[in-house]
Amino acid sequence: MTDIASRNGAGSFVEIRGVSKWFGELQVLDDIHLNVEKHEVVCLIGASGSGKSTLLRCLNMLERIETGDIVVDGQSLTTGKVNVNELRRKIGIVFQAYNLFPHMTVLQNVMLGPRKVRGLSKEQSESIAHDLLHRIGLEAKAHEYPDRLSGGQQQRVAIVRALAMEPELMLLDEITSALDPQLVSEVLQLVRGLTEVGMTMIIATHEMGFAREVASKVCFLDGGSILEEGAPEQIFTNPTQARTRSFLARVLDAEKSA
Amino acid sequence: MHALHQVLHAFFNPHSFTLALPDVWAGFQVNLRMMFIAEALVLVFALFVAIVRGLPGRGAKPLRVLAIAYTDFFRGTPIILVTFIVGFGLPGLQIGFISSRSFTVYGIVALTLVYTAYVSEVFRAGIESVHPSQRSAARSLGLSYAQAMRYVVVPQAVRRVIPPLLNDFVGLQKDTALVSVIGVAEAASLSQQFSTQNGDFASYVVAAVFFILITIPLARFTDHLVAEREMRERAQAF
Repeated sequence: MTDIASRNGAGSFVEIRGVSKWFGELQVLDDIHLNVEKHEVVCLIGASGSGKSTLLRCLNMLERIETGDIVVDGQSLTTGKVNVNELRRKIGIVFQAYNLFPHMTVLQNVMLGPRKVRGLSKEQSESIAHDLLHRIGLEAKAHEYPDRLSGGQQQRVAIVRALAMEPELMLLDEITSALDPQLVSEVLQLVRGLTEVGMTMIIATHEMGFAREVASKVCFLDGGSILEEGAPEQIFTNPTQARTRSFLARVLDAEKSA
Repeated sequence: MHALHQVLHAFFNPHSFTLALPDVWAGFQVNLRMMFIAEALVLVFALFVAIVRGLPGRGAKPLRVLAIAYTDFFRGTPIILVTFIVGFGLPGLQIGFISSRSFTVYGIVALTLVYTAYVSEVFRAGIESVHPSQRSAARSLGLSYAQAMRYVVVPQAVRRVIPPLLNDFVGLQKDTALVSVIGVAEAASLSQQFSTQNGDFASYVVAAVFFILITIPLARFTDHLVAEREMRERAQAF
């Protein structure tokens, strides 16, 4: 790819071009530019309220953007012609609070997308779900309801529920923030597996060690804009911005004392 | 002593009980039929009204307004007036099919109109009680608005509102007696006839017992559901 092409972001799988967003008077995103290539893992770091979650929610149109444009797989999200449901089939999202459907069993949670959105048969959907649950070692829980599972187990089910749609892009929104510390690693292990098979991902996270390990690019968000972006080594060992340095110092300090 | 004897004689004469029982039972079967049909219709229509009231977007505004107007009108109008309007008004219109139904049918229509308004509010509260994140999760899987409602929101909402819903149904069951004013031959009106002929009030007591007998199981069942939910929620807290 030429320099010019990469500067324009032409051909990137995800192109975020000058996106801003307000909640009433409050500006939550401020002129965000970001390109994500296929198989890239981008980690968004920054304090709570810096806009990480909102940016992810804009990407699958759970939130509307006021200015700028987002292009996913060559398709602009702001033309009004985009089919929201088609777009969301390509983009899986996992939330901090798992959001499993409490009235369905684990198996039914995972089957719902394949069955109703991909239009597969009951047998096919079931076999996809069983296969995924088997891979994360939760097949024994297939017929349990989510409230019988630990937080870590629920979050892993939420991840495979998204994977059952065979998405081309996964958005992970602080997926370990609600978990007890001892449950974090089982979830991160699953995400690590996804990076190994080349899944394109945008990950909002407070797990700095993990971001440093899996990210191909790290973006530091502050007050709704990307203050600094670069390779994880550069961001974590040699940040250019004072605010990045003070943020990292605060977070790493907290991690040490924890 | 004399007063007590009079009360016993007027309301609890065993002989009158036995005499009144067949008539009142025949009438009560009409009540039962009205209950079941009206309840089935109310469930369907009320859910429909509740969903229409929650439709998003500016395009759906006329529909939302219509649903609100419907609920306001039928919750605000005394059921006896609705019964008059339907039971005397519709036959008076003299338009074939609509005007040639039996009083029982008009009674069912009146009950359905009024209780649909009440129960739609119950359903609406249930739908609104489902956390928005459930909708986000459903929509982000690629489910359409209708699919998200059908598979994720409504099933959870319905489960939550079963107790208040059954409460409204107790009201509906009793109000089957009210619609007899337009001439439905059901338990209340037949017991009144019997009372006039027989000169005492035992038939009323018989009718009351029938209503109570079917209300009590429903009330206990509702209690059971509420208690069960509390248990489950407490278990989850640990």
